[in-house]
Amino acid sequence: MYDGGKIVAGLVVFLVLVTVPVWLNALAGGTPRAPELELPRDESRCVEPAAVMRATHMELLDTWRDSVVRSDDRFFTLEDGRRVERSLSRTCLGCHDRKDAFCDRCHDYLAVSPYCWDCHVIPEGGTALAAAGGGVR
Amino acid sequence: MTVDRRTFLKIAGLGALGTTGVYSLPVLGSPESGPGGHGVPAPGGTRWGMVIDLAACRHDEGCRDCIEVCGRVHNVPHHDDPRHEIKWIWKVPYPEAFPMQQHEYQEPALLGMAVPVMCNHCDNPPCVRVCPTQATWKRSDGVVMMDWHRCIGCRYCMAACPYGSRSFNWVEPREALEHQDPGFPTRTRGVVEKCNFCEERLAKNELPACVTACPHGALTFGNLADPDSPVRRILAGRMAIRRKPSLGTHPEIFYLV
Repeated sequence: MYDGGKIVAGLVVFLVLVTVPVWLNALAGGTPRAPELELPRDESRCVEPAAVMRATHMELLDTWRDSVVRSDDRFFTLEDGRRVERSLSRTCLGCHDRKDAFCDRCHDYLAVSPYCWDCHVIPEGGTALAAAGGGVR
Repeated sequence: MTVDRRTFLKIAGLGALGTTGVYSLPVLGSPESGPGGHGVPAPGGTRWGMVIDLAACRHDEGCRDCIEVCGRVHNVPHHDDPRHEIKWIWKVPYPEAFPMQQHEYQEPALLGMAVPVMCNHCDNPPCVRVCPTQATWKRSDGVVMMDWHRCIGCRYCMAACPYGSRSFNWVEPREALEHQDPGFPTRTRGVVEKCNFCEERLAKNELPACVTACPHGALTFGNLADPDSPVRRILAGRMAIRRKPSLGTHPEIFYLV
C-alpha cells in the first residue's frame, strides 16, 4: 500500500471526528436529563391518558384540525361527560397555559419545530383565553 | 357498394351509441353538473347569503367600520405597499364593481359611490374548480371555505376568481399586524386568503362581524334557502343585482341599488 501511514492516520482522524458527538456525550456523563414539564395546576385529567398524549398528540391535533376546518365539527364529549372543543389554543393551552414550559421544552429537547404557531396565536396566559371567545382552530 | 356521406354519418352515430350503450344518454341530456357547482340546496337546508343596501351605505361615504372590524377579528394585515394588499372587504367605485350594469346617464350619486365588495361565496365558484389541493371548497351551507393548512400558494384560485376577492401573502403577514387577536389564526407567507363569511362566528350562531358593525344597517345576512329569512324577504320586495351575472358564478351577495 502506497502512503499506508498517511491513509491510516487520515482514517483515524476521520473516525474520531465522526464519532465526536458520542465521545462528548460519554464524557458529559450519559444522556442529558429529560425536560421537566410544568403541568396544569388545577386540572389533572387530559382528554386522553398521559402516555397516549405523549405518543400521539400530534395525530390527535391533526384529526381535530380536519374535523373543525373540513367538517365544521367543533365539539366532542369524553367518556366522563366533559364536553371538549377541538381547539389547540383554547382547550390544550386552556390548561397548559404556559407553552414555553410545556410544549417548547419537549420540542426543543427533541429538536422538532412544529409550525402550528406560525399562524395560530399564542394566548397570553389564561386571560387571553377568556377574551378570545371563539374561532381558533 | 358506395356509401354517401349522409349514410356514413348515420351508421357511425348509431355505432357510437351502440358501443357506449344507454349509459351515455343521461350524460348527454343532463344540465350542467360540473364539480364546482352545487346548484339548489335541499329543502330545509341552509344557503347563507347577504344583501347590501347601497342607498344606506352611501349615506356615509367615508365609513370603513365593516372593513376595520373584519380586519381586527380576522388578523388581516395592512401593508403600505399596494402590491401586497390583503383584501377581505374593501370598497371599489360603482363602475368597477358592476361593469355590466352601468351606463353614462345613471344616477350620479350611484356612479360616484364606493361599493363595499367581498368574496361572493358563489353558488358555482370558479376558484373551487381550479384548486389543485381542495384547499378551497364549497360547504353545504354555501360558504366558500378555505383550509389554510392545505393551501400551497399556487394562486390558481386568484386567476379564476372574476371578482379579485382573493389575496396572496407575498410577505410575512404578522409583521404588518399591530395586534394579533388570539381568537383567530393569522396566515403565513405563501398562502392565499379571502373573506370566510365569518364561518367561525356562524358556528356560534352569531352574525358576521361586518353585519353587526355596520352603523347604517346596510348589510343583511340570512339563509337564502328559507323563504321567511330577512334576506329573502328583502329580495322578494326589491330589485337586487349581483356582480358580473353573465359569468354564471351565481354570487350569494346581492346589492340593492
